[in-house]
Amino acid sequence: MKKLLCSLCAIAFAVVLSAAAQDTPSVDEVVKKTNHQAYYQGLDGKARVKMTITDKQGRTRTKEFTILRMDVGDTDAEQRFYVYFHEPADERGTVFMVHKHVGKDDDRWLYLPALDVVKQIAASDERTSFVGSHFFYEDVSGRGIDEDNHELLDVTDTYYILKNTPKNPDAVEFDSYTMWIHKPTFIPVKVEFEKAGTVYRKVQALKVEDIAGKDDAKYKTVTKSVLTDDNIGGNTTLEYSSVQYDIGLTEDIFTERYLRNPPREYIE
Amino acid sequence: MGGRTSDNASALAEPSGSGPRRLENNTVVLANNTVVLALALVALCTLFLPNIATADEPALPPGLAEEEATPALPEGLGDETTPSLPEGLGDDTGPALPPGLAEESAAATDTAEPEKQPKLRPPDWLHGFWEVRGGLRTQDDPAQPRDAILGETRLQLKTEKTWNDIVLEGTADFIGDGVLEEGDFDLRRLRLTWRPLDNLDIRLGRQVLTWGTGDMLFINDLFPKDWQSFFIGRDVEYLKAPSDAVKVGWFNDIANLELVYTPQFEHDRFISGERISYWNPLFRNFAGRDSQVHYNAPSTWFEDDEWALRVYRNIGSYQLALYGYSGYWKSPGGQKLVRPARGLMQATFPKLNVYGASLRGMVGKGIANIEIGYYDSRQDPGGDNLFVNNSEFRVLVGYEREIAKEFTAAVQYYLEHMMDYDAYGNGLLARYMATRDKDRHVFTLRLTKLLMNQNLTLSLFTYYSPSDGDAYLRPHAKYKVNDHWTVEAGGNVFMGESDASFFGQFRNNTNVYAGMRYAF
Repeated sequence: MKKLLCSLCAIAFAVVLSAAAQDTPSVDEVVKKTNHQAYYQGLDGKARVKMTITDKQGRTRTKEFTILRMDVGDTDAEQRFYVYFHEPADERGTVFMVHKHVGKDDDRWLYLPALDVVKQIAASDERTSFVGSHFFYEDVSGRGIDEDNHELLDVTDTYYILKNTPKNPDAVEFDSYTMWIHKPTFIPVKVEFEKAGTVYRKVQALKVEDIAGKDDAKYKTVTKSVLTDDNIGGNTTLEYSSVQYDIGLTEDIFTERYLRNPPREYIE
Repeated sequence: MGGRTSDNASALAEPSGSGPRRLENNTVVLANNTVVLALALVALCTLFLPNIATADEPALPPGLAEEEATPALPEGLGDETTPSLPEGLGDDTGPALPPGLAEESAAATDTAEPEKQPKLRPPDWLHGFWEVRGGLRTQDDPAQPRDAILGETRLQLKTEKTWNDIVLEGTADFIGDGVLEEGDFDLRRLRLTWRPLDNLDIRLGRQVLTWGTGDMLFINDLFPKDWQSFFIGRDVEYLKAPSDAVKVGWFNDIANLELVYTPQFEHDRFISGERISYWNPLFRNFAGRDSQVHYNAPSTWFEDDEWALRVYRNIGSYQLALYGYSGYWKSPGGQKLVRPARGLMQATFPKLNVYGASLRGMVGKGIANIEIGYYDSRQDPGGDNLFVNNSEFRVLVGYEREIAKEFTAAVQYYLEHMMDYDAYGNGLLARYMATRDKDRHVFTLRLTKLLMNQNLTLSLFTYYSPSDGDAYLRPHAKYKVNDHWTVEAGGNVFMGESDASFFGQFRNNTNVYAGMRYAF
């Protein structure tokens, strides 16, 4: 009897241990999968984005742009972005283009249609506002996963809770940021930035949709998100429509030729 | 009371059937041990299974909630080990949704309806702006009848039409000019874009063209400029005048080639005295509205034409370009004596070829560029014709970087080196007319600061020539009031000791201006 009890105990112990082990992937795995989900789904993609910027006085401004994105290689590193502005009226036709590099500064260009000028833009602090919104350049193109130390704080039913601390704290304005990552899909549902213990900046995914890719692939995509920043005041909402993946973009689209003459088949 | 409770408590503390276990009572022992075992198991589970959710866990957005995949727990552990989410955080099937985000209405939110619709809306295919702008000289200019240098209302209309792979775009300005007291029409763009082959782009018609790496300084950009608009406070877009030309672009991996053919020579909209007085070196006085420049420009179609070429490619992260131009000096590059009835002197545009190159790319945290050009004044190869510009060598070096949050600075050094300077200085009228140095040095500084969520732009662009002893400052502020309205104000400040230097000669035309624009 005693032997039976002990064996039962041992088996239960082992089962519990193995069940726990199956649940939690390594920190690196979580980080990689989340990074891939957020920035590298599909070979390429396009979306029409409506950006609503609310300032601290409650006044709103709207920007609308079409963003084309292409991965170069399959190591979740190099990317190309082409952002064509539809609204507001005085920015219509302006194009912003980025060649994202990992490990060195991105290359950026701005095209002004009235002057037919292609301007190469100096690499600014990645944490400055993207076109006047609360999103930084880094939020749009992705923060390198090697720039932070990652720690799996907790794993709940629904979320991996990841805490990230910058390796170079002088280069950023936060002390750390915490991500709530949806376990089955690796979508970061919420990100909170804190400084000296106070959360001052939050990004939250408000809507997720299934978008089809090639070969019957289905990509979970955040189609509405909001970013609140207490340092700046106010918030910015992004709404994505006409999202498509694997549309066959080629590297030559992300060149000067298409700044002066936009690829109309992709820009609505 | 107290005693009774404590008795009960002590009774509960000890397993039923208090007293040492008796081996002969196996059932009791088993029951006892099972309880202990169960307790131990639960304790173990709490240790190794994930912790209970914390109070500030975010609610799942619609689109993820139904995907809740509970990890397959092995048999025997069942559901009692899955901690339930605390109330208010939303359970697996229906998190507390923000208003208006219900899952069923997800499709409806795709059609983005604008929140605010202006009552009067132009049709979708028509865009443009309406603006009012005024500028005043800050001092008297004896050669100009009025103090107002700018006073206009402008309506710009733009539209485009696409058929398969051909695009037609048009932009036209309708101007009511209060200074010259006239209505005006400026067709800014009427161009057809066609891609006959994958790597060939053709653009035909009226269009603004720009290339080269300089900022407000041009070496290899020989496309027409509108200096008058630039100096009186019109939007900087008007610095470039449109050309009637055909542009062919051939793009491939080795090098990209752009060729522009302008069938009829298009000179700059240069300073003629219409609004801004200029220095007349022959008469040694400021000439203005009453003695506007008489000029004679080559104008025969397909004979007096211009060719411009640019070949470029990326080398690493730098862009290298080579340029060629065959045409004429764009601003009057020469003078001709004519009969006194026509004012004695007539400006001419002698033949010009330009050969150049540029390199631009990231250096450190900023963008650096270098550009060179050789101006071959074909009608004065030896430099001894005083009435025709000498050949020149021009070089430009620039650097731009962000120096503080949302604050960018850019500097440039520019040199115009006159070839055959000795010949220039030795001519008959040389001592009377010769006013230019062999080397003209110009420095520029651009400071730009963005404020208020990038809705307010403050900038200062300064030209300074130590060799000419003159300067030109362009302070400017622009504020985006909302998605449609923009207001701006600025100045054009000319300084210089000499009446004859390039910027100094305009010092009576220092002005301030303001404008507001509604864009749709």
